[in-house]
Amino acid sequence: MTYTAGIDVGSTYTKAAVVSDTDGLLATGIRQTGFKLTEAAEATLDMALARAELTRDDLAYIATTGYGRNQIAFRDVQATDLTAQAWGTRFFFPETMTVLDVGGQTMKAMRLDERGKVRSFRLNDKCAAGTGAFLEKTARYLGYSIQEIGPLVEYAKDPVPISGVCAVFAESEVINHVSNGAQPADIMHGAMESLIERSVRLMKRVQMEPEFTLVGGIMRFPTMVRVMREHLGDAVNVPPEPLVQFTGAIGSAVLARRRLEKVRAAAVG
Amino acid sequence: MTYAAGVDVGSTQTKAVIIDENGAIVGRSLLPTGANVVQAAEHAYRVALEAGGIPEVQVGFVVGTGYGRYRVEFGDTQITEIVCHARGSAEMFPNTATVLDMGGQDTKAIRIRPGGDVIDFCMNDKCAAGTGRFLQSAAAALELDLADLGPTALEGRRPVKISTTCTVFAESEVLSWLARGKKIQDILLGVHRSIASRSIALLKRVGIEDEITFTGGVTRNPAMVEVLSDMLGRHLNVSEESHYMGALGAALFAMERIQHDLMTPEDERQVRA
Repeated sequence: MTYTAGIDVGSTYTKAAVVSDTDGLLATGIRQTGFKLTEAAEATLDMALARAELTRDDLAYIATTGYGRNQIAFRDVQATDLTAQAWGTRFFFPETMTVLDVGGQTMKAMRLDERGKVRSFRLNDKCAAGTGAFLEKTARYLGYSIQEIGPLVEYAKDPVPISGVCAVFAESEVINHVSNGAQPADIMHGAMESLIERSVRLMKRVQMEPEFTLVGGIMRFPTMVRVMREHLGDAVNVPPEPLVQFTGAIGSAVLARRRLEKVRAAAVG
Repeated sequence: MTYAAGVDVGSTQTKAVIIDENGAIVGRSLLPTGANVVQAAEHAYRVALEAGGIPEVQVGFVVGTGYGRYRVEFGDTQITEIVCHARGSAEMFPNTATVLDMGGQDTKAIRIRPGGDVIDFCMNDKCAAGTGRFLQSAAAALELDLADLGPTALEGRRPVKISTTCTVFAESEVLSWLARGKKIQDILLGVHRSIASRSIALLKRVGIEDEITFTGGVTRNPAMVEVLSDMLGRHLNVSEESHYMGALGAALFAMERIQHDLMTPEDERQVRA
């Protein structure tokens, strides 16, 4: 049995995953990254290993990804976020051709080829209207917290159109709707619709093809996924809730296994 | 005596100006617009009347302008803020060829003819970057009063390079510079330079011709005036009235209407002749 690990050292959280060549995903670990990147990487790795009842000696290969990937001295290989994300989504949904990742401050769309390699990629990190920050701002203008967005939007009956050109301009738009008597849930739903329209536009730019896999913190809102399906059809996948944030770590663990196989094949050949 | 009024309902602040027959300002007010736009317009008008000690019956015509101009329910007509800023600027600074209006949520570059006719304009209608809102975000992030921003920025010597375009992300960038040990003065100077460079890009789209008159709420910020004229390499016309330029332009149009209506056919013949 061969075990490999992947560690995703993100700017906020560090995530680790351990996989085997037969049983797939064995365990994960997560904690806040903080200032000491190596410490966070070791701690999450040990967490995952303990849960899998393994030790570091059992690991044949370790891959890192995320913004701190190059600072982790004990890694065998590192992968960009894109590559790790591609492998991670394919791990859950092998038919994935297009990946959409919507985080708090970024929106990414990525088109894979048949073999799972990244064929094209588009990123928005310049404008908050195309990221989770847009929903956060809208919620705040309405007087709700981020945690309340999910439950609130479930009560939407008659969504109000929100133009979504700018997260700042949305404030006057929201105030106008409120003074005209619109319900907060309907306004929030409108904001989600406008974010989804933006993400579909970004996906079109990478020449999207089904199946679609959606990742990122925004996808924890069931409404978001439901409206996405209305736009994209049924071939929309979302990784299971507790694991969605581990796609990068899992992807790098899978990549570590592949790399190890190549290294071994080369040594034999 | 007949008076005329202009009420400029901006996204952030509402301004009202009352002028006499000679175009001199006799009363003015400045209030936050807030959520109730109709009320803000009404209130600003009342405060300006009181400030000038003018009974409402003596006001012959009221022009509403600004994004909330149709909410000035007592207004006799509405004129866009672009035309009003042009008119006000031409009145205060007769050699004005270019107007830069920087408000709470939008920035406009306007090219005008002598007298105030608009030749061309462009504005940021899709994005709040490069507007007063960027300053507000920075002030909020640094827990400073908006009025202290300019004076603090003027103490900066080595401006940081602000890479964020989006106003929402600027807040976290400001905090990250602070975390990296940069001085507040240098961060703020960087923020001002970043806004100025976006406004200059807007100005270039309409063409920059001397003289340039700077209008809108951000004219109150001494650092923005200095950074802009430094980066443009030109002098900017700024006065006490700059903040009220839209309302003043609206009031001037209102007075024109009154004087036109007051003219007898005989007067008009004389004017034409």
